[in-house]
Amino acid sequence: MEGQNLFGEGNVVIYLTRRTEFSASHYYHNPDFSPEENLRIFGKCNNPHGHGHNYTLEVTVAGEIDPATGMVLNITDLKKLLEAEVLSVMDHKFLNKEVPVFASRIPTTENIAIEIWNRLEPKLTFGKLHRVRLYETSDLYVDYYGGR
Amino acid sequence: MIYLTRRYHFSASHRLDSEALSADENVRIYGKCNNPYGHGHNYTLHVTVAGPVDPATGMALDLGVLDRVVSEEILEPFDHSHLNLDVPVFVHLVPTTENVCREIYRILREKLAEAAPESPAHLKKVLLEETNSNYFEYEG
Repeated sequence: MEGQNLFGEGNVVIYLTRRTEFSASHYYHNPDFSPEENLRIFGKCNNPHGHGHNYTLEVTVAGEIDPATGMVLNITDLKKLLEAEVLSVMDHKFLNKEVPVFASRIPTTENIAIEIWNRLEPKLTFGKLHRVRLYETSDLYVDYYGGR
Repeated sequence: MIYLTRRYHFSASHRLDSEALSADENVRIYGKCNNPYGHGHNYTLHVTVAGPVDPATGMALDLGVLDRVVSEEILEPFDHSHLNLDVPVFVHLVPTTENVCREIYRILREKLAEAAPESPAHLKKVLLEETNSNYFEYEG
């Protein structure tokens, strides 16, 4: 019967998504641009004092179902990884000043999503990182699937 | 490659009535949506563009350009309009959410390319919610 072996086949791929939130401030500035260019390109986001967002992060892991547990992964392990690699690093931080990679890379939503991928992907010992979706506001989000 | 999605809102009325169908068939197939006076929805539009991150700006596409194109080409003509009566393409094309979604894709694909000809980013997907319970996606 189809479906009967869902927890035993080992080749059924399931996508599991965990959502978490963090709040951080940032500003957009490229030192290679003139002040006028920075203001024209980045607008209000160029304010050097920074401004903040409540980010919503959705991390999707793809994996096979463990026949012993019926689970792709232990969600507690994923929560710990998100805490160690994302929340403790970015939550309630000024990204430009407090997260080293953003001293030389503009912390746009695009670049934050890529940085989160780069932090999680090598540390994930269960399943395979499939997607990082990062909402800056409810009306703007980016998806990154790795690669170039 | 990054996929960037921006969400917009517009409200419009429409009537589902196909020139290819008889009056009886229109009533049978479209039901309440065939009401000659029309009816309205709050539409939510998700526009997804795909592109590499520009190392100089950290952005896949200038959001100002995207907002301007969507506002000028979609929101201004569609918002608070009667699609069948006020948007020329829907005079003879039934403004089902499928057709509205596909039309928005067609317009944005062309106008975004015109507005940012130097950008490698391109329109990837249009997702249009008619209500909280149904939505349609078109990727060309």
